[in-house]
Amino acid sequence: MNNVLLPLSVGIPLLTTVVILLIGKFWKSIGTLLAPICGLITLIFAISLLDVPAGTYWMGGWPPPFGIVLVIDSLTKVLLLAVNLISFLALIYSVSYMQKYTAVAKYYALFLLMLVGLNGVVLTGDLFNLFVFLEIASIASYALVGFGVEHEELEAGFKYLILGSVASTAILVAIAIVYSLTGTVNMADAARFVVNMGMNKALLFAAALFIFGFSLKAGLVPFHAWLPDAHPSAPAPVSAMLSGVLIKVLGIYAMMRVVFSVFGAPAELLNIILWLGVISALVGVFLALGQYDIKRLMAYHSVSQIGYVAIGIGLGTPLGIAAGLFHLFNHAIFKSLLFLDAGSLESATGTRDLRQMGGLMKKMPVTSLATVTGSLSIAGVPPFNGFFSKLLIILAAIAAKQYFIAAIAAFVGLLTLASFTKVMRFSLLGPLPDIYKKLHDAPFTMLFSLVTLSILCFVIGIFYPFFMDSLFNPAAAAILDQTKYISMIIGG
Amino acid sequence: MTVYILDFIIFAIGIYSLIAKRHIIKKIIGMVLIEYSTNLFLILIGFRYGGIAPILSPDMNSVQFSQCAVDPLPQALVLTSIVIGLGTLALMAAYTMKLYEKYKTFDMCEIKRLRG
Repeated sequence: MNNVLLPLSVGIPLLTTVVILLIGKFWKSIGTLLAPICGLITLIFAISLLDVPAGTYWMGGWPPPFGIVLVIDSLTKVLLLAVNLISFLALIYSVSYMQKYTAVAKYYALFLLMLVGLNGVVLTGDLFNLFVFLEIASIASYALVGFGVEHEELEAGFKYLILGSVASTAILVAIAIVYSLTGTVNMADAARFVVNMGMNKALLFAAALFIFGFSLKAGLVPFHAWLPDAHPSAPAPVSAMLSGVLIKVLGIYAMMRVVFSVFGAPAELLNIILWLGVISALVGVFLALGQYDIKRLMAYHSVSQIGYVAIGIGLGTPLGIAAGLFHLFNHAIFKSLLFLDAGSLESATGTRDLRQMGGLMKKMPVTSLATVTGSLSIAGVPPFNGFFSKLLIILAAIAAKQYFIAAIAAFVGLLTLASFTKVMRFSLLGPLPDIYKKLHDAPFTMLFSLVTLSILCFVIGIFYPFFMDSLFNPAAAAILDQTKYISMIIGG
Repeated sequence: MTVYILDFIIFAIGIYSLIAKRHIIKKIIGMVLIEYSTNLFLILIGFRYGGIAPILSPDMNSVQFSQCAVDPLPQALVLTSIVIGLGTLALMAAYTMKLYEKYKTFDMCEIKRLRG
């Protein structure tokens, strides 16, 4: 099939990064000009790749398993759309948000490098290539977390750096073990060996290392310690990317690709993912209840919602995986909406503490409406998208006879509602402190992203059967079918 | 077999240094030891005792070559991994410099503003 849009999705942001770094020495606002255009180009590629049939691209013309192969199937299309949509909106938001930071050209270069890594992880069909792109995205995000070089940003960034590097090393050791057993790093070829050989103890050890590494990148409990420090400290559009896209692509998608397509989803591994998800959902929401820093509260909720996605994936049934992917997509949209809202509130009031805010609905109407939309979506209130995806996960748990897990999921949803009611009450309602009398709403480019994401929350909620049938059910069917994946890449 | 055990000992020393030492530079050295032991593990997988370097000389055909050469693919993977480790080390060193500027200490136990 050789669709040339696949390497271009990785190559164009990379080229733009180099151009921004070279010209940025002379013309400081080159990043503000080029980066949103690059984001728009990759978004157009992602949308136009939605209706191509599943296929591959052989890098350099070398056939697999000798060369690196880029793969697109239904699961890849969903994630490619999510990544490029959120990064385009975050780049538009950055145009006015980053005006209070210095070295803005380097920010755009690092952001586009992160986009290169994310697109690469989603598209690759080769285990070591997955590791390389994972490291590109991770190292760019380590630098972006500490971008505003104050005390807390540096501490958070350093912690994230060390923990993320340990996880990446574990993934590399696991790739080494898979190579020593199967003689290949191509995912489809390794899958063929696993199908013939069956899971032995060495492969289980490699799978355990993979799950450790990817769970740390995803922020599942007990590997979440970096997340509540790193996500608040980053600039708001980077927080939206980290929480909205990075933990899903580097964590959940990579874990799915390895566990389902390479190892064939044995029941032990799915059980581990399921219970990691349950623990994350509970611990995340309980730790979020006591927070007053708005971004730290949202970071703990990210841990909890990724637990929901892991529950959906760990169930292993087609409905469960489709529901998990639907929740992943919805969480990308409403969590980045919430983080961009928090950034807008923070840049207007100068603080992230909920106790010092109040009554902002009168002065910032568009931001308040967007915050209300995001809070209702994440809390699972109909007709927004969060309600339908959480409902589908609970129904999938009941259908798989896991009643205890369904009850926990419903309980966590209730606590999420309580937590975001607190956010809305403290930040938007109540009396307006005197120091905020002269506030006005955010600039147009920031409001554009907020309004677009809010409209998407509403539309995806109302028309959810259309999205489920066209995007998420095919994705679940594609990831569960290991033989079709193998035959698509190396032909039987 | 002994080589693998020695490699694992390097990994264990690296983890010990990363966890138990308080000085940031010692933690970074532990991280570097972990990365190097992983690279060594990758090379050891492709190693063959008494093998030749994977360069095809004109008087050899490909069957002889594949029977007596060490595996070149892990060597290529390790080259990439070493460069990634270099990038991470540069970022760690930059963070250490900036952390010292702000907190005036190298002791990680003093750098604890973010909690809860």
